[in-house]
Amino acid sequence: MTSEKCELIAHLYRRAGFGITKDELSALSSRNYEEIAESLLDPSQDSGVNIDTWRRYHNGAHHQIYRNEWIYKMVNTRNPLEEKMALFWHHVFATGQSKLEHPTVMGIQIDMLRRVGMTNFRDILVELSKDPAMIYWLDNSENHNGSPNENYGRELLELFSMGVGNYDEDDIKNASRAFTGWTFNQPVPIYPHGDYPATFKFDHDDHDFTEKTFLGETGNFNGEDIIDIIVKQPATARFVARHLYNFFVADEYQVPAWNENPPKDPEAIDLLAETFQKSHGDITRVMRVLLNSDFFKSSRFKKVKSPTEFIVGVLKLTGEYSDPTVITPDYGSMGTLMGQELLNPPTVEGWHTGLEWLDAGILSERVNFAVESVSDTSKTRVNQISQDENATNHLNDATADKIFDYCMGEFPGLSITEADKQRIYDTVETNTRDTKEKIVNYLQCIVSTPEYQLT
Amino acid sequence: MTTTVKAKENTLVVLQLTGGNDFMDTIIPYTNGIYYDSRPTLATDQNDVLPFTNELAFHPAFASLKKLYDEDKVAIIQGIGYENSSRSHFRAMDIMHTCEPIKIGTQGWLGRAIQEIDPQKKNVLTGVNIGRGLPRAMTLTGVPVASVGDLDNYGLMTSIEDAAYRSNMLDNFKNLYTQAIGSGPVSDFLGRTGNDILSSAELLKDVPSRYESTVEYANNPIAKSLRDVARIHTADMGTRIFYVQHGGYDTHADQGPNHPRLLKELGDAVYDFMQDLKEHDAAEEVTILIFTEFGRRMRDNGSGTDHGAGGGAFIVGESINGGLYGEYPPLDPSEWQDGENLKFTVDFRGVYATVLEQCLGLDPEPMVFGSYEQLKPYRNGSTE
Repeated sequence: MTSEKCELIAHLYRRAGFGITKDELSALSSRNYEEIAESLLDPSQDSGVNIDTWRRYHNGAHHQIYRNEWIYKMVNTRNPLEEKMALFWHHVFATGQSKLEHPTVMGIQIDMLRRVGMTNFRDILVELSKDPAMIYWLDNSENHNGSPNENYGRELLELFSMGVGNYDEDDIKNASRAFTGWTFNQPVPIYPHGDYPATFKFDHDDHDFTEKTFLGETGNFNGEDIIDIIVKQPATARFVARHLYNFFVADEYQVPAWNENPPKDPEAIDLLAETFQKSHGDITRVMRVLLNSDFFKSSRFKKVKSPTEFIVGVLKLTGEYSDPTVITPDYGSMGTLMGQELLNPPTVEGWHTGLEWLDAGILSERVNFAVESVSDTSKTRVNQISQDENATNHLNDATADKIFDYCMGEFPGLSITEADKQRIYDTVETNTRDTKEKIVNYLQCIVSTPEYQLT
Repeated sequence: MTTTVKAKENTLVVLQLTGGNDFMDTIIPYTNGIYYDSRPTLATDQNDVLPFTNELAFHPAFASLKKLYDEDKVAIIQGIGYENSSRSHFRAMDIMHTCEPIKIGTQGWLGRAIQEIDPQKKNVLTGVNIGRGLPRAMTLTGVPVASVGDLDNYGLMTSIEDAAYRSNMLDNFKNLYTQAIGSGPVSDFLGRTGNDILSSAELLKDVPSRYESTVEYANNPIAKSLRDVARIHTADMGTRIFYVQHGGYDTHADQGPNHPRLLKELGDAVYDFMQDLKEHDAAEEVTILIFTEFGRRMRDNGSGTDHGAGGGAFIVGESINGGLYGEYPPLDPSEWQDGENLKFTVDFRGVYATVLEQCLGLDPEPMVFGSYEQLKPYRNGSTE
């Protein structure tokens, strides 16, 4: 495979997934980009993750369990875009465990996002509106016929579909009235019965069946009708397009700034929005256009890795967490320290991305985690890369640049300046003597570069 | 003993009791029958308490703090809270951190204070959190705050044990990140941030070796954290705000053995810390604010207490005019908030405003989002 193709596929897997190892990359060499993208978009296989086995080691309903379960899936899935899409929607439909205090319904919401994340936007919004975690998070259980609560109606329009400026306060009121009665069955109490999830309930007696006017249309709208109207709007197509661009293509402004700041690549947004409209919100179709576009292919390293991407990337590199063990490090808490607590975004506006992922403390945690991980030669892939005689023998007495290139093979597309390389060679020469030590040291140097913070 | 050349600058140590400290079992209304009636399982024996007024007593395990109280160094602020207080840990703590009781805030009151104190970011150690991660109280975009999880092993590449190897790696890191500056906004940001880490690590690396003390702190997390504060403060790093957390106060069950243990750890740690500062002639300028996110339920549940309201706070320092501030929440059941909790009498933002203005000399209104009545706990009006 040409190095250009390697780098492109690696980029694809970093963005549509969580990265790719050298071996995974080799396995793809006979296929072309379009085929590979297609297999990500429409996998013909299951994920290959045996979560029942994992659950034998880590069972329970604590939110730590659900986060670590998700990370396990991200590391080991054969269908990374499924997980990445669930993470994307989790960013957009940010729902947090801190209010719910019911970890199981958060786990169920993530499962739902994974299940419907690549279907069409109408179905996604309907599932979301029926999701008990979301209902409780945005108080729709307090939204009653005769005394509506506008929280869900508002955020549905402001944050989940169209964005500020594309509807008015009456639209919010009427949308809220349409969602009255969309509630859940109160679950039995956690103390003493355990964590039983709530289930969706349409409370007929609490629903406002009367006429409503929403975005210029009038009718006795129920929630699904509102969603149908929303999905038709050009504003929805643009809003979703901008979100997809920000998450999959390149770091953009944060959402509240979107009204004042146009997209950095307006043509890309136009293309994605047009595809969305023509396909009536078919997410797979939009993603197909996105992943195959020139603007995507030329956006290498234009994003700062989220904490989740950073952690999962390191785990894939080192080969750890490929099997559950009795004592598994709490990677979810590592993510929390780094600023992204899965299943618990700080507010319904979600996480601030791009450079806002980083500060001195967080950068420290990231670098330390990566360096410590690649220093451990007992980890499967670190061992393979640095200790396995078959892999390393040809490097004995090799020049610094040869050994460095061998290590850089694990990071396709990552580019370090000549000056920085020379400095790294000197550092490694000073620190180490034999080839195996050098390899580990080169890995440590590479993962501590500023470039490694980007994807 | 360190001799200081710089003028002493007032320093605030914020000590968070995480989980909701049971105020009624800390400062005990020991002569009131309602206390004993509400706490059939948990009430502390009247003969064991340490009275300091006709009606109030310290919990016996909190003896060390009473010693400080008797030295006139502790202001007890009774019944702090806010309207419609939340009983969710996360929500309540967020509110205490951000001063936003209604909408959800992501930026903290201390982050705003640090920015006001050091707007040019001249000292990356102006605000120091003892522990990993950053509490929301200190978070403000663009404001550097050092999070010191392990002062003896702080900084980058801490997993590398060989000192020379590590030193080479740090030099390499410095080169990589310095080279990144000037090649575009993202690289610039990475470059500067990387160098900030090195600066704070460089500043802190000699702190442990410079520290000498006769005070022997206990071997528990809160004692160790306060010792770290003492080490950094007596090393004159220019830190104006420290943040420290003591966890475990969410005593729904087994409050009997646990709450006294926590109070003892806390009291002893604060006492030892004050002694340590005095020994270094570094105590006058320090104020400690001890707070918690809520108090606990009037009635016990048979083993512990559930979340409530009306948690108290303590302001401790050499310059404090010790005594009782605010009012003890009314104990009569007819006055219980929601029929089950202690009412608050002092808004927590007034307590924050007190230390922001009277300790740190800052205008508190933009930091706590409003004008709240302050207390007057300092002997000379403020630490001058």
